[in-house]
Amino acid sequence: MYFGFKDISINYGKREIIKDVTIEFPKGKTTTIIGPNGSGKTSLLKVISRAVTPVRGEVVFNGKPLKQYKLKELAKKIAYLPQVHNSPSDIDVRTLVSYGRYPYKQFGRGLTRYDNDIIDNTIEITGLKNLQNRLVETLSGGERQRAWIAMTICQQPEVLVLDEPITYLDIGFQLEVMELIKKLGEEMQLTIIMVLHDINFASRYSHYLLSIKDKGVYSYGDPRKIITSGKLEDIFGIQSQIFEDEKNNCPFIIPEKKRSKWLTLGN
Amino acid sequence: MQKNYVFRGLLYVNKNGMRCFNSSSTYKITLIIVLFILGFIAMIASVCLGTMSFSVKESLHGIFVNDDSAARLIIWNVRLPRTLSGGLVGICLALSGCILQGVMRNHLASPSTIGVTSGASFVGYLTLVAFPGYYHLLPIGSITGGFFTTLGIYLLAYNKGVSPVKIILSGMAVSTVFSAFNDMIRSFFPEKLANATGFLVGSLNGVAWKNLIMILPYALIGILLCLFVPSKMNILMLGDEMANSLGVRTESFRLFLILVSSLLAGAAISVAGLINFVGLIVPHIARLLVGSDYKYLLPASIALGYMLIIICDLIGRIVLPVGEISVSVVLSFVGAPFFLCLLRNKEAK
Repeated sequence: MYFGFKDISINYGKREIIKDVTIEFPKGKTTTIIGPNGSGKTSLLKVISRAVTPVRGEVVFNGKPLKQYKLKELAKKIAYLPQVHNSPSDIDVRTLVSYGRYPYKQFGRGLTRYDNDIIDNTIEITGLKNLQNRLVETLSGGERQRAWIAMTICQQPEVLVLDEPITYLDIGFQLEVMELIKKLGEEMQLTIIMVLHDINFASRYSHYLLSIKDKGVYSYGDPRKIITSGKLEDIFGIQSQIFEDEKNNCPFIIPEKKRSKWLTLGN
Repeated sequence: MQKNYVFRGLLYVNKNGMRCFNSSSTYKITLIIVLFILGFIAMIASVCLGTMSFSVKESLHGIFVNDDSAARLIIWNVRLPRTLSGGLVGICLALSGCILQGVMRNHLASPSTIGVTSGASFVGYLTLVAFPGYYHLLPIGSITGGFFTTLGIYLLAYNKGVSPVKIILSGMAVSTVFSAFNDMIRSFFPEKLANATGFLVGSLNGVAWKNLIMILPYALIGILLCLFVPSKMNILMLGDEMANSLGVRTESFRLFLILVSSLLAGAAISVAGLINFVGLIVPHIARLLVGSDYKYLLPASIALGYMLIIICDLIGRIVLPVGEISVSVVLSFVGAPFFLCLLRNKEAK
């Protein structure tokens, strides 16, 4: 197994969130996890970042459980960007991006010329060149997200894990960030695992979708296989129309009606 | 999401949010060097001035020539050890505050606000009462007390990350309890505490070479350990999850930091007693001057902590025609208004 979960179960206190999930993420591809609020998507990602310890099971990377890696070695392979991140108020973009080189830092030594080359390169490809001396807190949401993604890229990871990377952004920045993720994924052949709430973005920017329902994997595979009105009704309780986006070669949905005890939407 | 108070450096950002000249590393390094020079000047002033003032030349004579002159008696036996210990205490408290603010992710944390000093002095008192003849055990007692108090407060306030409000509140509660114990010990065993005056009142009065030598090893170890901290600390400030995935073992690093800060605070307290506000104000002033990058923040705090205590002690010594005001009193007069300003200016971002 290259990278994936093996019989993972997660409890919060006594409440079971995820039960016996086994999944392998294909190398060099983008997999997006979808599912209702509270279904355990973020918890699954947090197992990767070790913020959540599973009650059973393990995350496997290159055939070995994550536990057997040194934290610093792992940081060179797997980069993780949580949904909310806070930075000190007065660091500039370049400094933030340079923190991505921390796992490579030798004790007592600053950034090497090689590190600086990588930082320059990352800033270039993420389009932050004109922003690199700006303070992070003065950036707009989309620019800030780009800066954080650049930091994770500076880790030169093989696997990039993103938790709702576009949640707080307007549609323009959403598109921009998704395009950036796609570009990075292709250029660096990253294995990307992310959580998205927007089904249409998920469909358009992922090779594979993974839907979570009732503590486990509901369906997994090509977006075309997952995004059907029957399956969406099962997962989210919505009725929807599915169309084909010919330009982007993927399905897209228009939600119509939510099955709900107290509210009926649509006609 | 937890909000930290935003502290913008002086003239730090221009209208467009671009860095200004004074956020360049050359500027910061220059500033730190200037601070160290000012600290040195403050030290000279503190040695020369007092109820009986000497010229620099006389003072140097007093330091380096062993004779019966008044300069030798006053400067070598009294002012020099007092100044050096004061400086060391300042450094320790400032560093300790700096580190605690990082560990707790709370800009209001400091050895005194979160109750570390009172916990440390409580165990210090116990040591003095239990082993009256062993004055040199005092720092060990204080450091142990400081460590367990910090750890306790941290664990009390910890629930998937540390809540800033909880820390301050539990710190206050712990602090109050220990102060009560301290008062009790003071009233029950006054005779056993007689030779630890500085420890009791928060003063540098009567501090001699033996006191300096007593805390020197602990302080030096603490300061040296701080060399390992800065870049890792910067990563920790990105939040636990981020730090974790960048390869920092956050839990053990936190424990290490708590240990270092207790070492520093405990050492300081065993000479100078309860000196409030240094650990709080200094990191803030340092942050205003050089920003929140720990690579600059720690050295700047060293210089400022050193300077602040020496100057406040000097003021306390020379402001009254007869007698003196203890350094903690001077600091409270300066520090309390500053603390209130901090609370007032905290920007809910």
